[in-house]
Amino acid sequence: MTDRSTIEVPELGLVVLVGASGSGKSTFAQRHFNVTEVVSSDQCRALVGDDETDQSVTAPAFALLHEIVDKRLQVGRLTVVDATNVKREDRRPLLELARKWDVLATAIVFDLPIDVCFERNQQRSDRTTPQHAIRRQHKAARRSVRGLRKERFTRVHVIDTVDRLDGVRLERSRLWTDRRDDSGPFDIIGDVHGCFDELMKLLGRLGYETDGSPIGHPAGRRALFLGDLVDRGPASDRVLDAVMAMVEGGTAMCILGNHENKLGRALAGRNVTVSHGLAETLEQLDGRPQEFRSKVASFIDGLVSHYVLDDGRLVVAHAGLPERYQGRSSGRVRSIALYGDTDGETDEFGLPVRYPWAEDYRGSATVVYGHTPVPEAEWLNNTICLDTGAVFGGRLTALRWPEKELVAVDAEREHYEPVRPLLDERVDRPALLLDVQDVLGKHHVETSLAGRITIDAERSSAALEVMSRFATDPRWLVYLPPTMAPVATSRRPDFLEHPDEAFDYYRGAGVAEVVCEEKHMGSRAVLLLARSPQSAKERFGISNEAAGVVVTRTGRPFFADSSMTQALLDQTRSSIEAAGLWDALATDWLLLDAELLPWSAKAIELLKTQYASTGTAATTMLASASALLDQATNREIDGLDDLQARTASRLSDAERYVDAYRQYCWDTDGLNGIQVAPFQILAAEGEVLARRSHRWHLEQIDRLVAHAPSLFRPTERRFVDTNDDAAVAEATNWWLQTTESGGEGMVVKPVNPITTNEKGLVLPGVKCRGREYLRIIYGPEYLAPDNLERLRERSLGRKTSLARREFALGIEALDRFVANEHLFRTHQCVFGVLALESEPVDPRL
Amino acid sequence: MLVSITCAGPNSSDLGFLLHKHPDRVRSVDVGGGRAHVFYPEAAEGRTTAVLLVEVDPIRLSRLARGRKSAATLEPYVNDRPYVASSMLSVAIGKLYGTALSGTCDTKPELVDRPLDLEISVPVVGAPQGGELIARVFEPLGWEVDSTVLPLDAAFASWGDSRFASLELRGSKTVKDALAHLYVLLPVLDGRKHYWIGEAEVDKLLRHGGDWLAAHPERELISRRYLRFGSLARDALARLAEGAVDSDERDEGNDAGENALERPISLNEQRLDAVMDAVVRAGGGSVVDLGCGEGRLLKRLIAEPSVTDVLGVDVSLRALDQAESRLRLDELSERRRERVSLVQGALTYADARLHGRDVATVVEVVEHLDAERLDVFARVVFGEAAPQTVVVTTPNREYNVHFERLPPGRFRHGDHRFEWTRAEFNEWVLAVCSEYRYTATFAPIGNDDVETGPPTQMAVLRKAAS
Repeated sequence: MTDRSTIEVPELGLVVLVGASGSGKSTFAQRHFNVTEVVSSDQCRALVGDDETDQSVTAPAFALLHEIVDKRLQVGRLTVVDATNVKREDRRPLLELARKWDVLATAIVFDLPIDVCFERNQQRSDRTTPQHAIRRQHKAARRSVRGLRKERFTRVHVIDTVDRLDGVRLERSRLWTDRRDDSGPFDIIGDVHGCFDELMKLLGRLGYETDGSPIGHPAGRRALFLGDLVDRGPASDRVLDAVMAMVEGGTAMCILGNHENKLGRALAGRNVTVSHGLAETLEQLDGRPQEFRSKVASFIDGLVSHYVLDDGRLVVAHAGLPERYQGRSSGRVRSIALYGDTDGETDEFGLPVRYPWAEDYRGSATVVYGHTPVPEAEWLNNTICLDTGAVFGGRLTALRWPEKELVAVDAEREHYEPVRPLLDERVDRPALLLDVQDVLGKHHVETSLAGRITIDAERSSAALEVMSRFATDPRWLVYLPPTMAPVATSRRPDFLEHPDEAFDYYRGAGVAEVVCEEKHMGSRAVLLLARSPQSAKERFGISNEAAGVVVTRTGRPFFADSSMTQALLDQTRSSIEAAGLWDALATDWLLLDAELLPWSAKAIELLKTQYASTGTAATTMLASASALLDQATNREIDGLDDLQARTASRLSDAERYVDAYRQYCWDTDGLNGIQVAPFQILAAEGEVLARRSHRWHLEQIDRLVAHAPSLFRPTERRFVDTNDDAAVAEATNWWLQTTESGGEGMVVKPVNPITTNEKGLVLPGVKCRGREYLRIIYGPEYLAPDNLERLRERSLGRKTSLARREFALGIEALDRFVANEHLFRTHQCVFGVLALESEPVDPRL
Repeated sequence: MLVSITCAGPNSSDLGFLLHKHPDRVRSVDVGGGRAHVFYPEAAEGRTTAVLLVEVDPIRLSRLARGRKSAATLEPYVNDRPYVASSMLSVAIGKLYGTALSGTCDTKPELVDRPLDLEISVPVVGAPQGGELIARVFEPLGWEVDSTVLPLDAAFASWGDSRFASLELRGSKTVKDALAHLYVLLPVLDGRKHYWIGEAEVDKLLRHGGDWLAAHPERELISRRYLRFGSLARDALARLAEGAVDSDERDEGNDAGENALERPISLNEQRLDAVMDAVVRAGGGSVVDLGCGEGRLLKRLIAEPSVTDVLGVDVSLRALDQAESRLRLDELSERRRERVSLVQGALTYADARLHGRDVATVVEVVEHLDAERLDVFARVVFGEAAPQTVVVTTPNREYNVHFERLPPGRFRHGDHRFEWTRAEFNEWVLAVCSEYRYTATFAPIGNDDVETGPPTQMAVLRKAAS
C-alpha cells in the first residue's frame, strides 16, 4: 500500500471484494474491471434461479460461482469475486482455488461508514436488504480486515471513505516472472557452480567481450543464467562478480537456483547446513569485503524463480517447470522451480528422487533448465537440461535462443567429486504415453500451411481403430503421406486425364517452374531409418534390429517379415553411407518417401482376387462370345453387326486391361526383384527437408540410386517452365510415350514444394495417369465413348481439399518432430492424416 | 455372361420352337443393369445352337453397387460381374426363355416333355471348392459334366487357379428341366446375388427347383447358397418338408473360426465362468472390461449383484454397437442403465476414464496387441488405471496341438499377434507384477491336459499393499 490513491492488482490473480451490501462493491467492480472479469453472487443467483435476490438458491449459486472462478483461474484470467465475502468461511473456498491454481489473492475491503451503506441500499430500485443484515455484514467486514493477511491474502486494500472510493485508481501490475515482451536474443547458460574460467571461455565462444565491464555482446545479445552460479567450484565469488555486473549493466539476466537460495539464507545469518559445496563459497566470500557480501545478498534477494519470455515461447526455471505452474506465483511454484517435484524419496546415493516431469511435458513453451547434471544436453518433449556437470569435470553448456543452437566448453578438470555418476537419462526411458483424449472426439490441429484443420469425431473413431490395432508404434510413426489429387478432368475426347490440365493449373496458380516426375506403380512405402539401433533409441526412444521401420500409407508395417525390413533398411543405409548423406545432412536418421515395386509384392491378394480374376473371366467370356457372334454373322443374320463390333471391342479392352496390370507384376524372392523408388527425403535431424526444392531431392536420390542400382529405381523427370510452350509440348509427348508403353503416368509438382499464392496453399502435386493404366481404376471399358462421357462427371473438390489438408498435416507433423516437441503433438498430426483418409471419397481419384 | 444351348440330332430344330425364338433373328431385351440377346450361331439340320448373351453396362452396375459396398475399394468398378454366369443370367433366362422355363409351347405342345440330346456350354461359371461343387450339383441331375478351372493369369502360373471354370454339360433332358437347372444352379455356383434377397426368392427357388430339389443330395447346400441367408434357407428347407434343420447357421462374425475351433469344449463359456468367479472373489465393485467386444462378459457382469457398475471399452465401434444391442441397454431401467457404460478406447493410449476401478478384466485381448506395444499396454492398465484387481486370460499355445483343424505353427485367430506358452505368460505377468507392484495367481481354464496344460490360461493380479 504505497500510495493511497492507487490500488495495484496483479494481472493474473484473484481479487476478492469484501464488504456489506450497499458498500459500493459492484459499482467499483464495474468501473475498474471488464464485465467478464467479475463473477458476482447476484449474477449466479440469476443464472440458476432467474432472480438476483432469490436467497433460496444461494447454495447452488455459490457452487456455480466457485466453478466459474475455478475455470477462470485454471486458464489464467484475472478474476474478481463480487459477493459480500465478509465471513472467513465465505473466503476460504476462494483462497483454496487461488492456491490450487497458484495465483496471488488480493482482498479489497469496503469499510465505508454504515450510513453510506444504508443510503446506497435505499437508492436501489430493484431491491433492498434489511438494515439489520447490513449492520451485521458491516461489522463482520470491519472485523475481517485484521485477519486477512493471516488468511494468506497477498495484498489487502481498505477503502474506508467515500472520497477514496470515488477517487481511487486501479493499476494492474505485471508479475515478476512475466517477461513475455522480451524476445532476446539470449544465450542461456547452465549451472556454473563457480567455474569462472569455463564461464569466461564459454562467453568468449558465444561472442561476448569478456574484458568489458560489464561483459557484453557486441550484437546486444544477453546472457541468461539458469541459477546455481555458486558452490562447489573454485571461484564462486568471481562468477558472482561478473554476473552481478552483467545483470546490473543489462547484459545478462539471472534466475534463482537452489544454491543461491541457500547462500542467501546463510548470508542473512540463518541457520543452514553447510554442505553440497556451500563451504567453498562461504570461504571465498570471506575473503571479500562485507560490502560485497551485502551486495550478493541483495542480488540473490532480487532473483525470481522463473521467467516466461519471448511471447510465452520460452520458460526458464532452474529445475524446470511443468506447464501448469508457468507464469504462476506461489510458494509451491517457487519450490518446484528451485528443486523440482520431489516427494521426499531418495535414491541409493541419498539424492532426492524427482518426478520426471519432462517425460510428460506437453506444453507449447520451450522449457530450458538445469539443476540435474546430465552427460549431454538433449531435447525431450520441447524441454532441455543445460546442466552438463561443468564442476564435475563435464562441460559448461549454453543454448542460443531463438536459434536453439548448443554451444559448450569442456571443464578444465574435475573441480568437485560427484556423489553419483552422471545419470544417463537417455537409456530406459519408460514407455511413452499418449492420451486417448489427444486424438478421440472432434478436435483441431493448427498447421502452419493450412491454418486450423478440424478432425471430426467420426473420423477420429475410425482412425483410432486402425492406429491402435494395425499401425506401427507411434514413436516411429512421425509421418504419414498425404493423398494426391488427380488433374482436372480432360476435355479431350479420348482422355480422362491429360497433362494439359496439370500445366494449366500451375500456370494459373502463378507457378512458373514445375517438375514432372515419373509415377511408379507399386505400393507407397515410408522408410524411417536411423544410423544404428543406438541412434534410433536416442532420437526415437525406441529401437529394433532394423534400426527403423518401413510402413505403408496407413502406417502399417510394410512387410510381415521383419527380416525383410531389416534387409531393405540395411541396404538403404549403406547407400546413404556411400553417398555421404549422413554427414552432409549432419544427421543420424532419415525419413524417405518412396514407392516400392512391384505392385504384386504387396498387393498380390488384391491382384488375385480382383484384378486377375476379372481379367480371366472377361477374356474367356468375351472370346467365347466373340467367336459365337462371328459364327452367327456368317449365317448372315441381320441386326448382329453392332453387337459383334461391341463385343470385339470389349474383348480387346479386356486384353489391354490384362496387359496393363501385368506391367506392374513380377515375381520376387525376398528382396530379389524388389525395387524402391524414393522420391523425397522428408526429414533429417534439425531440418524438414520436405521444404527443400524437388531439384535437390532428385539430385540426392540419384546419388542413392547410383550406389545401389539394383535396389533403387531412378525417377525419370522433366523440369518444365509452364509458360514455355515447347517445353510443355515436350513433357506432354514424354508422358504420352511412357504411358502408352505401360507407365502409370506422372506427378506434376511445383519445384518449390511449398508454394502459396493469394488463395493459399498451391497443391503440392497433381497426378496425371495414363490412358492404359486407368483401365485398372475405371474398368477395362472406360474409354468407350459412352462410358467416358459419363465418367467425366467426376467431382474432384473433396479429393483436392483432402490432399491439401493432409499435406499440411504431414508437414506439420515433421515440423513438430524435428522441433523435438512432445510426441503427442506429432502424433495428433499423423493421426489427423489417417482420420482424414477415412473420409468417404471416390476411390478412383 | 453367356450360356449356349445346343441340340444335336435329327430333331435339333425343335429347340427353336421350344425356346420360342426364331433361329434367323436376334431378339434383345433389357434386364436390370444390361441388355440380353438371343441369337443362333448354328441352325442346321442335326445341330442347332442358341446363345443367350447378357451385355452388362459396367458403369450402371457400379452405380447400383455404390453405397452398398465399402466406398474405400475399387471393387465396384473393376469386377467379374459382367462376365460370370450369375443370377443376372437367371433373370435373363426368365425373361427370354420364360415360356420354355414354364413348360409351355403353343405351336408344338407335345415337345415340352420330350427329352432332347442337349449340350450346354457356359464359358465362365463360379467354381467353388476348386471346381468340385460343379459336378456335385449337376451330376445327380443326370448331366455329364466337363469343367475346366480357369487359371488366374497364364503369364503368372505361380498365382494358381481362379475361382471360375468353363463348363460343358451333356445329357438327354427336356429343355424345361435344363433351363430350371441352370436357373437355380448358376447362381448357386456364383455364390452372389445381384439384387436383394427376400421371401420372393424362396418361392422362385421352390418353383424352379420344386420337382428335383427335394431329392437332390446337395439340397441343403443349394438352398443355402442360393439364398445366402440362414433364416430364408431354413425356411426353404422346412417348406421342402425334409425334417430337422441345423439351427446353428447364424453368422457368428469374425470370431466364428476361433469359436468353431474351440466349440467342442465350449471353452468360451468356461472362460467366462472362470473370469466371473475371479471378479466375484475380488469383491466385485466397479469393473471395467477392457476389450469388451460384443459384450458377452458385460452381460454377465451386469447380472452379478456384487458388481456395482460396469464400463465396457473396445476400440471397435462395430463391436460396441453389437454390445449395446446384446445388452438391450435402451430397455434397462434408469437405475440399472446408470451402472453400465460403453466407450470407445484403445489400450495403447492413457485414458482417465479407466481410473479408479476395483477390477479390470482383460479377456482374450493381449494376444491381439503387437508384442512391442505390451509395455505401453501394461503402463496404461497397471501403471495409470491401476485397478485393485486385474483378470487376464489368453490362449495357451501349447494346447494348440489338440486342435486337429489348426495347421501346426498357426494361431487360433487371424488377428492374434502371438500366442504364449504357459512359461511365456508367467514371465510376462511376473515382470508386470514387479514393475507395477502387483501379486499374481495363475489358474487354468478348460481341460488341463497333463502334457500341454489348458487351452486358456488366466492370471489374477492384485495390487500389493503399499
